[in-house]
Amino acid sequence: MTKPDSASVRPARFRQSRRDFLVTSAGGGLALGLSLPSAFAQKTGAAESAELNVWVVIQPDDTVVIRYARSEMGQGSMTSAPQLVAEELDADWSKVRVEYADTNEHIRRKRAWGSMSSVGSQTIRNSQDYLRKGGATARAMLVMAAAKEWQVSASEITVANGVIRHAASQRSSGFGRLAAAAAKLEPPREVALKDPKDWKIAGKSMRRVDIPASVNGTQRYGADVQLPGMLYAAIAQSPVFGGKVKSFDDARVKARRGIRKVLVVDGNAVAVVADNWWRAKEALKDVAIDWDVGANGTVSSASIAAFFQEGLRAPGQAPATPNSKGDPEQAFAGAAKVLEAEYSTPYLAHAPMEPMGATVHIQQDRVDAWASTQNGEAQLTGVAEALGVPPERVYFHKTQAGGGFGRRSGPDFIRQAALIAKELPVGTPVKLLWTREEDTQHGLYRPLAMYRFKAGLDAGGRPTGWTTRVASGSLFNQLIGMPLRNNIDNAAMEGFTEFPYEVPHQRHEYQQRRTHVPIGFWRTVGWSQTPFGRECFLDELAHAAGKDPYTYRRELLQGHEPRQQRALHILDAVAEAAGWGKPLPPGVFRGIATTEPYGSYTSGVVELSVDKSGGIRLHRVVLAINCGHAVNPDNIVAQLQGSTVFALTAAMWGEITIKDGRVEQGNFDQYRMMRLREMPKVEVRILPTGGFWGGVGEPGQAPIIPALANALFAATGKRVRSLPLKNEGFHLL
Amino acid sequence: MPIKLTVNGRPREVDVEPDMPLLWALRDVLDMKGTKFGCGIAQCGACTVHINGEPVRSCSYPVSAAQNQQVTTIEGIARGTQLHPVQAAWIEHQVPQCGYCQSGQIMAAVALLKKKPKPTDADIDAAMTNICRCGTYARIRAAIHAAAKSLRGRKA
Repeated sequence: MTKPDSASVRPARFRQSRRDFLVTSAGGGLALGLSLPSAFAQKTGAAESAELNVWVVIQPDDTVVIRYARSEMGQGSMTSAPQLVAEELDADWSKVRVEYADTNEHIRRKRAWGSMSSVGSQTIRNSQDYLRKGGATARAMLVMAAAKEWQVSASEITVANGVIRHAASQRSSGFGRLAAAAAKLEPPREVALKDPKDWKIAGKSMRRVDIPASVNGTQRYGADVQLPGMLYAAIAQSPVFGGKVKSFDDARVKARRGIRKVLVVDGNAVAVVADNWWRAKEALKDVAIDWDVGANGTVSSASIAAFFQEGLRAPGQAPATPNSKGDPEQAFAGAAKVLEAEYSTPYLAHAPMEPMGATVHIQQDRVDAWASTQNGEAQLTGVAEALGVPPERVYFHKTQAGGGFGRRSGPDFIRQAALIAKELPVGTPVKLLWTREEDTQHGLYRPLAMYRFKAGLDAGGRPTGWTTRVASGSLFNQLIGMPLRNNIDNAAMEGFTEFPYEVPHQRHEYQQRRTHVPIGFWRTVGWSQTPFGRECFLDELAHAAGKDPYTYRRELLQGHEPRQQRALHILDAVAEAAGWGKPLPPGVFRGIATTEPYGSYTSGVVELSVDKSGGIRLHRVVLAINCGHAVNPDNIVAQLQGSTVFALTAAMWGEITIKDGRVEQGNFDQYRMMRLREMPKVEVRILPTGGFWGGVGEPGQAPIIPALANALFAATGKRVRSLPLKNEGFHLL
Repeated sequence: MPIKLTVNGRPREVDVEPDMPLLWALRDVLDMKGTKFGCGIAQCGACTVHINGEPVRSCSYPVSAAQNQQVTTIEGIARGTQLHPVQAAWIEHQVPQCGYCQSGQIMAAVALLKKKPKPTDADIDAAMTNICRCGTYARIRAAIHAAAKSLRGRKA
């Protein structure tokens, strides 16, 4: 636990600004006429509150303010992460208030809150240790303060439900009265953490702290920021990725009511700034833009597919994952049966309900910015870089995000807002909002991926050799700019780098495919697509072996590694929950799949029937998860329900296609979302075994698509190897 | 000529073009941010408000058409601090995830329950066409049934 260093709260050395609109200032509080709810306006002031450490601030009235460093976009961590702090603090949960850790303070205090990123289902698993220690340390300091005041031994003091008690002398106190004294004490170096068996706050389905504001219209998202004198911007980005603005003609709109400025942004977009957003958006339609689309203007889905096929079929060996072993080719030579198959999964857009956007307000001595984001620190840095100002002078304000799903980590949209604000008179705030069409056509798409599998079975039907070749974009290389170690992209190879099935000879290869289509982390990332190949091809092997797909998997998960044992445990759990092997009503069929995503273990069974026209009726989806520790069980159920809708939407309709270098889909009429009437019954089993910490926001999705495709095979005998299903003759009833 | 509206029972005036969608008059002119923008083509329903009690998608509804009509938004369905039973059921069932679509979902549900105090699952399927990307549909359904029960209890 880092002790809060009061010295570092003071403004750090300002780097010299490259622009002169910033003058040296201590920053400090600023009265903005924000129409933001009190949760954002009432930041905890230092005067009346005692900061025990970066996570815990206690007010005189016993209110416990718990800082939350990451983002809330619906995944529920804004509640579950503070539950871990409150648990170790033995707080009264009804007196807990959750507040975002301040991004500017974070920069000034040398990143005191650690990661601010909400990606990779990592909030709980990667911060549980320091969050719990934060709570336990604060508790210890309150106990020490009580011991000092009451002149008793700290070991005789107990804390429960927000009350500090010394039984022998019948003295007790709330946190508020002792907090100021506690804050002056040296925090203990080591604190003991509770056995999760003793949890009272963590492990319980506490109601989400952000939900009340979401039902009465007071929840504020990035798109809802409004400041006095604010202008609004609509943007048109080069329809072909990588294209530039050659010129534009704004003669038709310049004199229109409310139009303030038409400008080029970053060389690749044109924005209209107006006194309200609708005027800006309407005017933009009448700005004639001449694009220089460059060489990418001829790229199509077909040309991309051919390029990927080339990677899939390139002769010789490709870079292989470290778990590759033995000699699969020799195994194939001696096999009783050899199977080969190719699978493919398309580009996908995130399509969060709130389109991308950001607000930037440049003043003489500081820059304020707002956006719905999954990474507050990255937004702050993005603004600083776009404007060439020191990050210490940027005040980025987090809001609730209207969905994220991996789209909102980077600063592409806030950079645009900053560049637009820079062209307006100093002091003029501007809010940029993308249309839905811009959002769909300028995403960071889930990479297209193609898979080629080969397996050899012995006379008993057991695989002796297995090879995988993945042709896909590399998120780590193309998006993040990292060199790939051994030319393997770990995101693209999820599900293969730790292949759980016992196959003596196996090799899993990767061929990077880089196109002009920007790619990004899309909820469940590699695990959103690799299981479609892995778990469906395994189903093909089971069928070829004449074995039940559940039993077949069981037999291949008899290894002694913990992850194999956990995979078997969760496979058995879903089979039991779904009544696998028991007869189904006539015409109803089932499929099964199991996965090991983001530190967790998830398995699924899909039950469906199919009519003669390819109409699929989904009867039931059964999911089981072992996430090690279940911090908020009801939220886990919610995440798995939501994951089901996310996965089924992708399975049925999801595809982003390219024509003339640009995305063909625009709004929701062309990029179809599942509706309420189409959502099947979802049954969730949460089976935490303890002993590890796994993620929750993404793992639910991983087994659903392969379980669905395997059920379709059971129902129709048709093996689907390409998504979405709408292109394979199926529709949803 | 300013356009006269009645929003949540209060007379309001907006000096805008007649073809500006009601959504933007509410959000940008009247600073009522509870009603959301999701698609702009009446596909997603995040912008759902009531005109004389009927649900409409305000992103595709010209503000001039709302002239002299009763507009009700998410900010206008509670009675003071007492939540509408649909809102209360939404909390009880922990419906929202990101919450962005939920103003529209709630407005659609309130309108449904006015017409059908005891909706069947099929009624809910037909009326609730708003998109929720987080996938809260199962909870929306459960909360509508619960709210229906609570509304009937209130009348009895």
